[in-house]
Amino acid sequence: MTDLTKLTIAKAREGLKKKEFTAVELAESYIKNMELKRGLNAYVCETPEKALEQAKASQAKIDAGRGGDLEGIPLGIKDLFCTQGIATTACSKILQGFVPPYESTVTAKLLAAGVNFLGKLNMDEFAMGGSNETSAFGPVVNPWSKDKPLVAGGSSGGSAAAVAAEMCAAATGTDTGGSIRQPAAFCGVTGIKPTYGRCSRYGIIAFASSLDQAGPIAKDVRDCAIMLKNMAGHDVKDSTSAKNMVPDFEKVLGGDIRGLRIGIPKEYRPAGLNEEIAAYWDKAAAMLEDQGARIVNVSLPHTKYALATYYIIAPAEASSNLARYDGVRYGKRIDGEHLEDMYVNTRTAGFGAEVKRRIMIGTYVLSAGYYDAYYLKAQKVRRLIRDDFVRAFEQCDVILTPTAPTAAFAIGDKTMRQDPINMWLNDVFTVSVSLAGLPAMSLPIGLNKNGLPLGMQIIGRAFDEETVFKAAEVLEKQAGFKGAK
Amino acid sequence: MSGMVIKGKTCDWEIVCGLEIHCQIISKSKIFSGASTHYGSDVNQNVSFVDAGMPGMLPVLNEECVHQAIKTGLGLNAKINKYSAFARKNYFYADLPQGYQITQFEYPIVGEGFVKIELENGENKNIGIERLHIEQDAAKSIHDISPTKTFIDLNRSGVGLMEIVTKPDFRAPEEAGAFLRKLRSIVRYLGTCDGNMDEGSMRCDASISVRPVGSSELRPRAEVKNVNSVKFAMQAIEFEAKRQVEIYENGGEMRQQTCQFNQMTGQTKFLRFKEFSDDYRYFPEPDLPPLVLSDEFIEEIKRGMVELPDAKKERFVRELGLTPYDAGVICENKEMAEFFEKAAKGHEAKKVANWLMGDFFAMLNEKHLGLEESPISAENLGNLVELITQNVINGKTAKDVFAIMVETGEAPEKIVEERGLKQVTDSGAIEKVIDEVIAANPDNVAAYRGGKTALMGWFVGQVMKASGGKANPGMVNQLLKQKLG
Repeated sequence: MTDLTKLTIAKAREGLKKKEFTAVELAESYIKNMELKRGLNAYVCETPEKALEQAKASQAKIDAGRGGDLEGIPLGIKDLFCTQGIATTACSKILQGFVPPYESTVTAKLLAAGVNFLGKLNMDEFAMGGSNETSAFGPVVNPWSKDKPLVAGGSSGGSAAAVAAEMCAAATGTDTGGSIRQPAAFCGVTGIKPTYGRCSRYGIIAFASSLDQAGPIAKDVRDCAIMLKNMAGHDVKDSTSAKNMVPDFEKVLGGDIRGLRIGIPKEYRPAGLNEEIAAYWDKAAAMLEDQGARIVNVSLPHTKYALATYYIIAPAEASSNLARYDGVRYGKRIDGEHLEDMYVNTRTAGFGAEVKRRIMIGTYVLSAGYYDAYYLKAQKVRRLIRDDFVRAFEQCDVILTPTAPTAAFAIGDKTMRQDPINMWLNDVFTVSVSLAGLPAMSLPIGLNKNGLPLGMQIIGRAFDEETVFKAAEVLEKQAGFKGAK
Repeated sequence: MSGMVIKGKTCDWEIVCGLEIHCQIISKSKIFSGASTHYGSDVNQNVSFVDAGMPGMLPVLNEECVHQAIKTGLGLNAKINKYSAFARKNYFYADLPQGYQITQFEYPIVGEGFVKIELENGENKNIGIERLHIEQDAAKSIHDISPTKTFIDLNRSGVGLMEIVTKPDFRAPEEAGAFLRKLRSIVRYLGTCDGNMDEGSMRCDASISVRPVGSSELRPRAEVKNVNSVKFAMQAIEFEAKRQVEIYENGGEMRQQTCQFNQMTGQTKFLRFKEFSDDYRYFPEPDLPPLVLSDEFIEEIKRGMVELPDAKKERFVRELGLTPYDAGVICENKEMAEFFEKAAKGHEAKKVANWLMGDFFAMLNEKHLGLEESPISAENLGNLVELITQNVINGKTAKDVFAIMVETGEAPEKIVEERGLKQVTDSGAIEKVIDEVIAANPDNVAAYRGGKTALMGWFVGQVMKASGGKANPGMVNQLLKQKLG
């Protein structure tokens, strides 16, 4: 029998339907891989018994001819999603031992579609980080690592690594400033951050509410389309979730892109951009052009302010969102003489350095006397950044950029350690899109000279994931990237 | 001029006071969750995951609360803002599960308005309303179960509140008292808040400063927290104003400060200076989109508005001929006004009002009964008055009938009939009694005829007594005058 973990969701679904193998066999092969590759530290909580139990139930449904759209597909779930009865910690010590009595809307939808849960995936603590090194469970090792361990990217590092290493058929991720796209690029897999509001945030532990979006990380574009269809949709429990109908994203795949206008923003090519990345970018544009697309130069003039804007707005919201972790009702508590001591003790022990840094920045920028200069100003710039995209999309249908300015770097990299700003610079190509709330996909374009994958980002208009999928699938075919490790 | 003047050594002082009132909204469920608002449930029974600030939980605005706030705004003759927005007020406390309160800051749902108050000297005054906004209540800390621990009851967490802020228009404690009674009356009429200050469903803070009479400056103020009855509010304002006058008169300075009110002593006490108060780091609530109201929505609420105390009072004066004072007293309480209208229907309204405010109120007071427990129904009270109007019984008999009605709850007609209490209007029968009285008291007859006309009252009394109280007093007077001539 072929290695079932090599199959895409589309293929596995077919095989299950044709009774080529059973859901239990499929789950078992992933569970075996999880055990073999435990050294990658991709999972922080494994639930093989649950997966097998669900797989049995799935098989019964398949046999009865009434399986869901994802019946029997084994998934890994980012630890930011609350999963009923399964420990959920956001990879923070402060949520040690927390078992949610409720299910996030996105995971509930996936369960309803028939998926099996293999376990919870590692991530940066509270999704704050770009290398998965802020996790209380330690960093994820990029499956592409050669002589020394490389980061998997972040914050959805566990999700990207697990997909790349075939430890799940696909995974859920969340993206606040690039947390799906950057790790997908680092691990040579495909991921999409949908339009803000496309997926419900109910039951996803909040980092920055106005930016957080759930999305899939999967083996290819088609699998992302299948996954997103089953994750998206309006939810009365999230007032910011969109009422827009969810199209069948898979249906647009295989279409041709003749006449499609591909925007290339000049601001994304600063002096000193990594040459290999620049070359791949040109190559990707040429591939799309070959398929009949038109290349259009566009301008996103406020791009240079995006990082600063993001690192004001996201920490501001985070400082407030994380106030609830106070030791009073759940998670870690370290007692103190007075209430205030208990807060200080609990939060000092419970939060890691990066989370503390962002809480402090957020608290500062919201403080009286600083609010106007920082938060309010950032909100205004955010609007300008959004307007940039609206104008650019008058001239083009999707925008093509690299996903990240580098390939995966080493775990414990010194330049990243020296100054947190270096780490934040890795978000330079992804944060504008988040601030504008637009859909964007990262897909692997090829390997650099060190044999590490690089990703391209395709950005679409709000609620136009369809065009993103369509263009991405064409590029995927042309690039012919040979995936998994 | 109704303001209170505080005499000082250097000058006369006047009070400048504004109120902030928190009204718990009457709604089936909480403002941002589906949990019940029922008062008096067992501790921690009415708690949803949202109210407990669980990870990943999101607020969903309860439309009923919006409805109630608009109704109240209309009752305050205020502008309804078609655009309003929520904000987070950040602070740590054990009874604030999210670590922030969702409230409205820059954009309240209701803007400026006014409330008319009636003062004891008969003057009217309009008190300006600055704004009304909606927000969530905190949970309750319970300090008296254990000497070392505080317990938290989350039942109140997330109950909807309307915070009503007045302009600094109060110049006397009496005005604040009249306002609070009027506001309570308005929200009770509207059914938007039950107005029970002792149960905490209506809570009041007072901002107080003083200034020399004739000046228009605004001096630093003291915020007196939790003055939770009309009486306490009045006491607090008077005491605090005098305290401040004393400070100024002794050459001292006032700084903006927070004070505590002691219910036992009626005194206010300095708590802390305002400059050192918390910085709440308000910022727009990213989990809730702005609240945008349509004209139709507001119009529909307008159409459903009940008649408010001012309008009812005017109508009672205009159509039923009540004095403004009587109408005001009756209309303060909606149920009382409805009881009165029912009682007065088809009868002489002014007489009904007299009976209601005289014997009827006295009876309820004496028996410690609420209106809804009254042994006398509205219809029977009206019928009693009708019997007097129709000369079936006289005023004195009516009081006896009233007493029997209190005991038995029977209809007055039945009592009069069965007990033979109909007044005697047969002049022959009355003349017979008069003749007997005259015959039995020759000395007094002589004295009367000799000029001691004050004896007339004595004669009337004798005749009434001899008739068993049933003689028509008017006829007795008239016939006595003729006979004694």
